[in-house]
Amino acid sequence: MALNYIRVARIFREVFRVNTCSKLPRRIFSVGLPALNKKEIEITFLKANGDQINTKGKIGDSLLDVVVNNNLDLDGFGACEGTLTCSTCHLIFGKETYDQLPNKPSEEELDMLDLAYDLSDTSRLGCQIILTESMDGLKVTVPATINDARS
Amino acid sequence: MNCFSNIFASRLFSTKVIKPKICIVGAGPAGFYAAQHLVKKLDNSEIDIFERLPVPFGLVRFGVAPDHPEVKNVIHTFSKTAQHPNVRFFGNINLGTDISLQDLKDNYHVVLLTYGAEENRQLNIPGEDLHNVIPARKIVGWYNGIPDDSNLEIDLSGNTMAIFGQGNVAVDVARILLTPVDELKKTDITQHALDKISQSKIKQVHLIGRRGPLQAAFTIKELREMLKLQQCQTVWKKEDFSSISKEIVENLARPKKRITELMLKSLQDQKSDVDGLNVFKPIFFRSPLEILGNKKVERVILGVNRLEGEDILKQHAVLTDRQEELECNIVVPSIGYKSVQADPLIPFDQKKGIIINNNSKVNTGLYTTGWLGTAPVGVILTTMSNAFGTAERILKDIHDDNLLNEDKGGFTNISSILKEKRVPIVDWAGWEKIDKYEIEEGKKHNKPREKIIDVNKMLEIGVS
Repeated sequence: MALNYIRVARIFREVFRVNTCSKLPRRIFSVGLPALNKKEIEITFLKANGDQINTKGKIGDSLLDVVVNNNLDLDGFGACEGTLTCSTCHLIFGKETYDQLPNKPSEEELDMLDLAYDLSDTSRLGCQIILTESMDGLKVTVPATINDARS
Repeated sequence: MNCFSNIFASRLFSTKVIKPKICIVGAGPAGFYAAQHLVKKLDNSEIDIFERLPVPFGLVRFGVAPDHPEVKNVIHTFSKTAQHPNVRFFGNINLGTDISLQDLKDNYHVVLLTYGAEENRQLNIPGEDLHNVIPARKIVGWYNGIPDDSNLEIDLSGNTMAIFGQGNVAVDVARILLTPVDELKKTDITQHALDKISQSKIKQVHLIGRRGPLQAAFTIKELREMLKLQQCQTVWKKEDFSSISKEIVENLARPKKRITELMLKSLQDQKSDVDGLNVFKPIFFRSPLEILGNKKVERVILGVNRLEGEDILKQHAVLTDRQEELECNIVVPSIGYKSVQADPLIPFDQKKGIIINNNSKVNTGLYTTGWLGTAPVGVILTTMSNAFGTAERILKDIHDDNLLNEDKGGFTNISSILKEKRVPIVDWAGWEKIDKYEIEEGKKHNKPREKIIDVNKMLEIGVS
């Protein structure tokens, strides 16, 4: 009996945890909320060392804003503060996500990306990506800023 | 509960744990980025940044072109670092004269040298001592307010400038000289430079490189700016591109491909009529052999090069026996910088102009990063990444090399040495006063800032 009770409790706890943390209930709640503030979406930054940062960003903000406003621990990110004169807010997207991004990179953005480490075909500058509702759950990779060859 | 135990733990250890004392020599991007990383990773530390001039930021203040104010936004982050309780700034302290490396090693666990590369490389050709042969570094210092360069004798009464070197510094000089003065007026360019440039008769700037378009050092942003510059036409020599086939372009990696395509497109769109416009002329495959003139520059003799080497992007120039003459009124060598050995104790490679180091470590407790350790290459991102890497290495070595084996005197001792030598010090609050003064002065001329160029004036305002 006792064993069964523990097992049920563990199952209950797991179900409970999954329920509170998954996106489904949150979405249901957010739809029900009055749109007083700008709506927020969930974003995950995957760091080169394997760390994940889960955070939120307001629709209309840039990915650089998200990093700055949430004080995320990304060294040197956004050195020129979104003025398209450096490439320190370089982010790498999944192919599918990249293709669906609403704005295409300008020549000036590509010029800066050309100076970035680990440049890929799906690289963008975070300061140029403006959040939309459809980006909820976005996952982006932050390339290593520290030159690996040195360590 | 947690909070209490933390306090208890730190009290318990405070008598045993030695606080790391780190000094950084040079308050430019390399120094500030290293400080940023160190202060973030070390809970308890004393990080002192020494600077030869009374004002901070190195090449961000004195190198970045005045019409690139956005690049200077990094100053906000540097200032935050300087205001951290564990970080101090001490300006007007010269390593090698005011303090020695031995003084620093005696009083800090870690000494990090980041004083950059400020000496220009010379062409080493006859005629380099003629009047109006002026290194790009000095022109940059002149329009950006380096105190030593403020009295530069530069004659802009002729119409043609020949710049040797094709890096971004060379392009900066070309652009500043060819930009309409009304645009320059809105920047923090020094007033003495603005006055002189507004009288400039320079209409044509040659940007001359030893190698070809595929090896050019300027970056695409700087090139695009030249192509978009008002009242200016870029003129390429068609034959310089004759060996660059479509196939070669297709096989280049994206950054090289895009910049090559931009050059080719500009060449294709080139107008033959440049009447009334300023002209920017990149020239490839030419080396300067001799500068000629009667006291003042009149013309240069150029040797024609061909390229050799397997890797198309790393080919080197070999002189042929063909020569050409180019008439010009001012010659600007812009072929790179080298560092100086500030203190005889610094292991220094005179030929390369860098501190001898192994991945930024010089010897136990002594490090270097930025252009002083790597030679002057790369953009601010490069310096930032290297500085973070160096900081990581220091953190590791603090443990591995047992650098905290004894307590050190830190700035308390250094300050007595400086007091004895009567060296006035500008601290961060002093810089803030200078900063405020410069911004106020700038307002009078609708400029973001009017830089003080006289060190005595800086000290008068900044020394408390």
